[in-house]
Amino acid sequence: MEPPAEVVHWMFGVGFLFLGLCLLAEAIVGRDVWSCRSWRAYLWPSVAFLMGILMWPVMVFYTSSAIHMLAHGAWAQTMMLAGMAQLGLVRGKLRNPLWELTLPLAFLVSGAAFLIHEQNPWLFSRAAFLHHALGWTGLIGGLICLGRAIRPHSPAFNAGFAFTIIVFAFFLFCDRNVAPIFGHLSPLAGGR
Amino acid sequence: MDAELVQQRAEARARTRHSWRQTAVSALGPLTALAGLIWAIVQPYRITLLDPDRHGFWYLAIQPPLLVILAAAVFHFWVVPSLLVDLEEVEERSR
Repeated sequence: MEPPAEVVHWMFGVGFLFLGLCLLAEAIVGRDVWSCRSWRAYLWPSVAFLMGILMWPVMVFYTSSAIHMLAHGAWAQTMMLAGMAQLGLVRGKLRNPLWELTLPLAFLVSGAAFLIHEQNPWLFSRAAFLHHALGWTGLIGGLICLGRAIRPHSPAFNAGFAFTIIVFAFFLFCDRNVAPIFGHLSPLAGGR
Repeated sequence: MDAELVQQRAEARARTRHSWRQTAVSALGPLTALAGLIWAIVQPYRITLLDPDRHGFWYLAIQPPLLVILAAAVFHFWVVPSLLVDLEEVEERSR
């Protein structure tokens, strides 16, 4: 009764898409307007934290190798850490702005985990291509988040962060269990 | 009297004129839903409800183009209305 791996990716894609829309709206109206209502201020950190929690069952049920399991575990931990730190900052329990650095950390760790655990080249299969693309998106997103942590009111960094999340959602929706990428599918991945 | 009417009309017009921020926030949900709709048209096989006998539970429950439309609808009808009210209030105060 477990959902297929590609279906799980699509479900996470919806979460990332909703997160991206919220962040884009926040970038457009500004953080002060977005935080006028407390439920809205808590919204995206809660979604990020929840997705971190949901990554644990993915790690338990869907990983077929140690490196794959470690990568999913790293994503779960860093997503939870970033979501929790943002919740603490919004609530006022955390006051040190250095907690903002948990977000770039989450992106940089996630990006590196994608690139390290994907052992195949870009055109091996669609999944391999997406792992590489997501890895580099994570690393670039980490740099954007770093800029956002330094200049929290910069519309460019806030919009860049939102678009990074939307790109993540796009890549997750593109995932299939076995599919070619630009006409390439290695025989080792199930191609002819 | 005329001057007062003209001023009232100008104020009413200013109130109804939406800022680019309001327009952009209002457009996010519909544009995302439109992307989902276009995806469904381009890849109709992703809408498994069109051929329910060939698919199992998960593929019938999770259909990416419909999920995109759902996420856009939740955002548009749940998050956007109160955000527009707050944005309008802040913009009114800063005028």
